[in-house]
Amino acid sequence: MNATISISNVTKHYGRIAAVTDVSFELGAGETVALIGHNGAGKTTLMKLMLGLIRATGGSIAVLGDNPAAGEFSGRRHLGYLPENVSFDAALTGRETQTFYARLKREPAAKALELLDAVGLGAAAGRRVGTYSKGMRQRLGLAQALIGRPRVLLLDEPTTGLDPELRQTFYEVIQRLASDGTTVLLSSHALTELEERAGRVIIMNHGIKVADGSIETLRNIARLPTRIRLKVADLAPGELPAWLPTGAPSRRLNGHIVEIDAAPERKIEFLRCATAAGTTLEDVDLVPPSLDELYAHFLRQAEKTP
Amino acid sequence: MNVAIIAGKEIHQAIRNRWVLAATLLLSALALSLTFLGSAPTGTVGVRALDVVIVSLSSLTIFLIPLIALLISHDAIVGDMERGTMVLLLSYPVARWQVLFGKFLGHLAVLAFATCLGYGLAAAALVTSGSRVESDSLTAFVAMIGSSVLLGAVFVAIGYLVSAMVHDRGTAAGISIGLWLLLVLIYDMALLGLLALDQGRNISASALNAMLLLNPTDAYRLFNLTGFANVSTFAGMAGLAHSASLSIEALLLALTLWTIVPLGLAALAFSRREL
Repeated sequence: MNATISISNVTKHYGRIAAVTDVSFELGAGETVALIGHNGAGKTTLMKLMLGLIRATGGSIAVLGDNPAAGEFSGRRHLGYLPENVSFDAALTGRETQTFYARLKREPAAKALELLDAVGLGAAAGRRVGTYSKGMRQRLGLAQALIGRPRVLLLDEPTTGLDPELRQTFYEVIQRLASDGTTVLLSSHALTELEERAGRVIIMNHGIKVADGSIETLRNIARLPTRIRLKVADLAPGELPAWLPTGAPSRRLNGHIVEIDAAPERKIEFLRCATAAGTTLEDVDLVPPSLDELYAHFLRQAEKTP
Repeated sequence: MNVAIIAGKEIHQAIRNRWVLAATLLLSALALSLTFLGSAPTGTVGVRALDVVIVSLSSLTIFLIPLIALLISHDAIVGDMERGTMVLLLSYPVARWQVLFGKFLGHLAVLAFATCLGYGLAAAALVTSGSRVESDSLTAFVAMIGSSVLLGAVFVAIGYLVSAMVHDRGTAAGISIGLWLLLVLIYDMALLGLLALDQGRNISASALNAMLLLNPTDAYRLFNLTGFANVSTFAGMAGLAHSASLSIEALLLALTLWTIVPLGLAALAFSRREL
């Protein structure tokens, strides 16, 4: 794997408070990685460490070949960053702001200005940023992060304040960049959104990395049950089908739906029972554990093993 | 290159925020009124009207330029941190010293523009109103404008040092006001009191020189009031001019050091800041 970001044994203390403790991971070109965790879990701290805005107490970091803590920044020409609560100088217009940032990256201003249209700010480009709404500032934040086809994108809560339509275009842009080899690291609270988009998930809790892997891998580790939802005809309220193996955790949902929690290895067994001859099965739905549930599971586990 | 880009943006912003307009208007209005009111005591026979203007304008500069310089500079770093724009800027391929130096050049350009235009206007008004202006007066006037800009640079640098060290804008503003009071008013009063008490027994001339160089506003004052013979006769400083052993070069050097040292310390403090 061609690592664009590598973090090894990084620890960051603010006085006596440990913001990040002994975190290691490598991110490769073309990966889309979701960094999730509560507020204060260390997501923003990790991004700031990668940018050299703060220096690690221990461990080492390399971003596009630079050591950010030593003030190296040549690689930052190929890096886009969207901070949480992005803000701009209120006196300048959107166009002037975008031109300024393009010049700092030595990118042609005309191409950077096209990005304003792409995020739907074309009409407001001539207005001062001070008059922008939160959503518009967020769009401008995205536009500046995308200047010059970055090889690494660090996005801190990128979709807050974006309307659903723009969220869609945002994820399309991210996907396109990732397929061209850009490493995208995004932190977010909107877990359902990330579920389909992130190839890999890193879960942080109190500054400690508690899980790292694709959603599939995490599901296998977590061993959370898949929920099988069966629509069964001719079933009295409260009654469970007779063919259900004894001891299977199950419950009735609104009317005639039976829900069974199936551990990964029993999934097929339950399905076989349900579809065996003689049952009055009308419909089947399989609900694998969502990212939300996985997240909650890993956090619970982390709390149990201090 | 990065320095120029950042300086350019800083100037652009200052024009937008009407800082340039406000500073220029203020300095020109005061310079013009001093020029015409100031010539009242000498009357129309004042053959060296420009020298009188230099004396009154440089006294005004000592109060005003440090104030304007601190107003624009105290907020430069801590303000951008509080507003959140610094985090984004530093994620770009720029070094922190480039950010600081770029801002410095931008702010200095704003100040230089306002000073040159405002004071230049006063001189031009004097010439057009028919006063005779000798060439040595003109030299002294140009030197006064130049040293005023240098005094501005000193206080912009001091403002940055404050801005790079404190954690919120309010503190930066408070410390800046304190420094302004200290360097512009209190220092001279204290020095005067000390000299009066001492009656020339313990404080030698060289010690006095050192104490004058330790305050940039005094270095500026001496440069303008004693540096040019034609001016010092009007400044009532002719006597002091003969006894002061500080050369023009030493005074300029003091002002330059007063710019470079705080600016360097500000760069050092900023490079260690965590955002």
